[in-house]
Order: sequence, then C-alpha cells, then structure tokens
Amino acid sequence: MSVRHALLALLSEGPKYGLQLREEFEARTGEVWPLNVGQVYTTLQRLERDGLAQSDGSDTEGPQRRFRITEAGREELAGWLRTPPDMTSPPRDELVMKILVALRLPGTDVPGVIQAHRRYLVQLMQQWTRIKEAAPESDIGLALAVDAELFRLDSVIRWLDSADGRIKRAAASSQQETGPMVKLRIRTGVTR
Amino acid sequence: MSVLEMREVSRVYGQGANEVHALAGIDLRVEAGAMVAVMGPSGSGKSTLLTIAGSLEAPSGGEVWVAGQELTKMSRNAKARLRRRSIGFVFQDFNLLPGLTAAENVSLPLELDGTPARKARVASVRALEGLGLGERAANFPDQLSGGERQRVAIARAVVGDHQLLLADEPSGALDSANGEAVMRLIHAACKRGMAAVVVTHDAQLASWADRVVFLRDGRITDQTMPPAGPESLLGQTGQAR
Repeated sequence: MSVRHALLALLSEGPKYGLQLREEFEARTGEVWPLNVGQVYTTLQRLERDGLAQSDGSDTEGPQRRFRITEAGREELAGWLRTPPDMTSPPRDELVMKILVALRLPGTDVPGVIQAHRRYLVQLMQQWTRIKEAAPESDIGLALAVDAELFRLDSVIRWLDSADGRIKRAAASSQQETGPMVKLRIRTGVTR
Repeated sequence: MSVLEMREVSRVYGQGANEVHALAGIDLRVEAGAMVAVMGPSGSGKSTLLTIAGSLEAPSGGEVWVAGQELTKMSRNAKARLRRRSIGFVFQDFNLLPGLTAAENVSLPLELDGTPARKARVASVRALEGLGLGERAANFPDQLSGGERQRVAIARAVVGDHQLLLADEPSGALDSANGEAVMRLIHAACKRGMAAVVVTHDAQLASWADRVVFLRDGRITDQTMPPAGPESLLGQTGQAR
C-alpha cells in the first residue's frame, strides 16, 4: 500500500490537515491498514519537498498546517493509478517451500502438513468473514479490503488442495506402474 | 441441545473386494443456532454425510439423531414426516418444481405435512419477503434468475418449524456476490436458532460457518477452532507500508 499516493488521493478532494488525513485514510480502508500520525507527517513533508503537495504556510508547525495537492501531485496520482504494481516475479513463498521440503523429508506426513496450513488459513478467512458480516453494507471500502484478503487466502487454499490431490495421484499411479519401491521414493521425495 | 448428532456413522458401498468405505467413524454434533461447514475434496464423502444426516440414505453403521429422534429406528413414513417438519434442504441445482410458482414451491412441504393451504401460503410469502422476494412470489422458476431461484430454495428450507438446514454446495452455479448473499441468509437463519450443515469445497463459503470440519477419505480428520475476534486482525495485519 503506498501511503504517499493514498494521501495524495485524499488531498485531491480538497485541502486537509494531517490528523484529518489519518482518520480518513483509516476509515476508507476499513481500518484494515492502521497508520500512525508520524508516518502521515513524514509523508506529507516528502510530498511537499517533491512539489506534489503544498502547505498553507511554513510558519505554522504540525497539526496547524493544512495541505493541498499541486498540479504535479494530480499528475503523479493519475499516473500511479494506472501503473500496475510489479507482480512479475513472485517472492520465494515460504508456504511453498515448506510443502516442497515436507515432500523430500523421509517419514513426513505430507497431507498432515498440508492440512495444518489449510486449517490455519480457513480460520483466518473465518475471522475476515466475521468482520465483513458485522460491517454495514454501505462500507464498500471495508468490504473491498476484506474481499482482497479472502481471495488471496482462498487462492493459497486452492493451491494446497491442488498440491494435495497431485501428491495423492502421483503416489497412486507410481504404485500402480512399478510397485511399492517407487511409492517409497515419492514419499521420501527423491524423485528429482 | 444438539439438533443433529451423528455417532460412529459409517457407510459402505459394494461387497467383498469391491467394498468402498464412503464414510467411517463419523462423529458430528451440531447445536441449535450453529452453522457447520464440511470441507473436503470430491469423493471424500461430503454428500453422503449430508444425505445420511437428512435421512435420505441409511448408514451402514452408527446412529443418527435429528431433533431428538434416532433415524435408524424410524419407519420410512416417519422419516418422511421428520424431513417435512424439521429438515430443510438446499441443493446446488435448487430442485424447484417447474410447474409451481415460487410461493407454491415454498408452501408445498407445509401443505404435504397437513398445514391448511391458506396458512401455508401466508408462511410461504412471509419467508419469501424475508429474503427480498415478496414481489416474485407468483413467478415460476424459469422466470427467476439463478440467484432468485436459490433464494426461493432457501425460503423453502427455512419455512415453518424447520430446525435443521442441510445444504450441498448451496451457491454452486452462482457468482461470488450471489454466493455471499446465500451464505448471509443461511447464517441469518442460524442466528434465529436453526442448525445448519453446509457441504462445500469452497473456502470462501465455508468461512461463514462457526466451525469447519475437514473430511478426507470418509473420515473427519480435522476441524477449526472457534474463530478469534476481529481485534486480532484489525490493526495488526497488513500494516501500511
């Protein structure tokens, strides 16, 4: 989440004070992303330094200063909205690593490992769903933020389900083709 | 009080070398007001569990109690009566009767159970109104959208004195917004005191449940703990960067 651009977006509606920006930021994101006030002021200073926002006057300090977006700020915001975030190279996923290691570790109950992660993720999804259920329907910001979490967690569970099925099928077919020896190799993960 | 209780339930299909254990050693209790989701891959026994809980199929072993009555000791007619009075079913393909209006589809189980037609009709329209379908009561299923048809199916499942709602992939063919609406309705019915068992492979649907049990090769292998309050998520995860 780019705090810098989120603040520019709020300023694009009109001049605002620092504290007001923090409150509005948290309200719009359904308080899913908390923001401390220090972070707000540091970001505002940088926006001012870069000519993307300007304050009422440099005489007053802290909460008394009101900020407004500049023309350069509006251009920056419009450009940012349409620039896709970098999703090309996925980071080394810890969960994927754990399942791969489980597959190679002799004597590991791989479905059991998968299930431990699946249960944790479903529990997390239950918590998010409770938040969505309790929120007023008019709070679209919160619903969108929670949906994003739910879809993300759901995709991980789908990967676990697919891994579970793939491992089960691989074990079954290798047992069918060449007998128990290969099954042992797959279980101990010395297949590659 | 448990509305549904399954004790050591098993189901075996076939014989000898062809024997398949669809369910084994199932212990499941669902209290009034609770919503339980059953998750598992296809072939794990989810649908068999649901049909046995709904008395549509008899177990090979074990006991099934619904609303205080033990199913295996009941006659066919008594089971049919229990289904009409106490159990509401929601299926993936809705199972609405095409020749009946939405209101008639909902009132039919009540009328079959001896409720006078007028009274059944009032209960039916009230249930449809509760789901935002009051104006569609006179429409036939083919005049309704997929989401509306599923809401009629839910109205039929919650109408009258039903205590147990059994749902098999209740949002199967629906988009995610309609799927969420269906789960909200089922959860709301539970808050009014119904017990529900929802079978699904979809984690987003399952996450509406108070408890999720995981089925694998016909056995319950795991279940979720009661979810922590929202405080543990709000203000901690996803810190603004």
